[in-house]
Amino acid sequence: MALQDWKQHKRPFAAIASGPILWLLLFFLVPMTVVWLYSFGQNSGPAEISITGTLDNYKRATEWLYLSIFGKSLAVAALVTVICLVIGFPVAMAITFASEKWRPWLLVAIMLPFWTNLLIRTYALMMLMGSNGYANRGLGAMWDGASWLKTLVGLQPLEAWTPVQLLYNNFAVVLGLVYVHLPFMVLPLYSALDRLDKSLIEASLDLGAGHLRTLFKIVVPLAMPGIMAGVMITLIPALGAYLTPDLMGGTDSQMIANVIERQFKRANDWPFGAALSFLLIYAMFILVALQSMRGDKAKAGER
Amino acid sequence: MALFKRQPIAPLDYTRKLWMRGWVGATLLFLYAPLLVLMVFSFNDSKRNVVWKGFTLKYYEKAFANSSLVEAMVNSLTIALLATVISVVLGALAGVLLWRFRFPFKGAVEGVMSLPIIVPEICLGVAMLIFFAKIDWPTGLPWPLNLSAITIAHITFCFPFVAMVVRSRMASFNREQEEAAKDLGASEWETFRDILLPHMKPGLIAGALLAFTLSLDDFVITFFTSGPDTVTFPVKVYSMVRFSVTPEVNAASTILILLTIALTAVALKVQGVKGIAETH
Repeated sequence: MALQDWKQHKRPFAAIASGPILWLLLFFLVPMTVVWLYSFGQNSGPAEISITGTLDNYKRATEWLYLSIFGKSLAVAALVTVICLVIGFPVAMAITFASEKWRPWLLVAIMLPFWTNLLIRTYALMMLMGSNGYANRGLGAMWDGASWLKTLVGLQPLEAWTPVQLLYNNFAVVLGLVYVHLPFMVLPLYSALDRLDKSLIEASLDLGAGHLRTLFKIVVPLAMPGIMAGVMITLIPALGAYLTPDLMGGTDSQMIANVIERQFKRANDWPFGAALSFLLIYAMFILVALQSMRGDKAKAGER
Repeated sequence: MALFKRQPIAPLDYTRKLWMRGWVGATLLFLYAPLLVLMVFSFNDSKRNVVWKGFTLKYYEKAFANSSLVEAMVNSLTIALLATVISVVLGALAGVLLWRFRFPFKGAVEGVMSLPIIVPEICLGVAMLIFFAKIDWPTGLPWPLNLSAITIAHITFCFPFVAMVVRSRMASFNREQEEAAKDLGASEWETFRDILLPHMKPGLIAGALLAFTLSLDDFVITFFTSGPDTVTFPVKVYSMVRFSVTPEVNAASTILILLTIALTAVALKVQGVKGIAETH
């Protein structure tokens, strides 16, 4: 595959390159640079920000309050990723080994929610989880069933079911994020498992390893690139999630994106918000760098 | 019923194991139950979303009579359409650029182009808010010019996705075809139009569908770039959900879900299921 040198094709190169590059420069790099500069500034008037080169915003970001929110966001995102992986892996396996006829439809079934509006999905889940929603009714029915079973064996019935608060707490945030991000995890897992040489699994089973041992010794190591891709594709948006914690969380389930939003829409402390934004971006960069380092190591190992 | 045909389960028939089926079924139930309940209850003749009281279309009538909701929907579709067209053009150019040329700082251009995909939505939203405030982007323009800020923001995060799809499509292009066309006297433009473009087409369609959905779906970035008179559908639904949950939201959401299903069906028809799986 011979790439053309731009010097020999200056005119087509200019025609092709100028549009996208100018757009990125003007409507991405310039705005990002302004945010970066603002993060070293301070409010000098009601609607004025002077860039003084101060590090106060970053100093403030290392206060315990903000550090703990950062830590919490990371913990929530990690938990969501692990849950998505545990739920998603068997699903991806099932799709991989499904019959030709079923596989495409299973894939579409996973992809359709992925294409559906995020806000609508969050709202639908909230409707189900409200104090009068079906989740509560289902739990209530199970509770009644348990109570009935107890009377059956001659014990005191349980006290009457009181609806539990499923929404507006940390549990709701984790569940909501899992709900939203599950398709993100399944698709890369599937594409990794699909490429896997199935005869290796057969060989392992033939040679006497059980299904579990084959899974952990053969399938998981071979699917590792896909697992890492799925982890990143889930972890990164979950870390920067705004909507789910905002709508489904309680007062104590704020994540870092909610704090950033508040600096801009309510607290009107743009420089501090800019500093927090860039800290979040740096965190993403670290995650991406770790991932690509892993990838390089894996490649080096193959050689 | 081939599904239930009694045949011994082969070692690799993981999908035919009962617990595996149960697991997939439960996952799909988890993914779809909320959406189905939402859709069913948009036809429910009751203000509360709990008990079925009978079939009605009155919330659809209400949703269509709610001029701000309709306006938000029209805004969203307009933005998505504009953003898709421009994103496809820019994305196709960017994809070809990276596929075709060797040039200085190529790595940097590639890296920057993938940034809008990696950078968290909230950070991009904040950047757009500051940017448009800083350059005093005119507000209060007549429709549809008042949507320009949101559209620009959407293009910024949509077109790198299109570029990615187009580039991976171009990888399967045989460069000799291009050389042959030029040898036979086609100009640069003619080669592009008659040789490259037809090969790129499936990628362009996939990219366009992706851009359209991404734009229609976006809440966070729009939330930061929209003014009081430029409300999009997700922003409108957000404020409705925040303040009071009404069945109108169910009705409007159902329409959007049906639109998504229709778009997916189009994508299926154009590319086949496999093609879609590959673009993600």
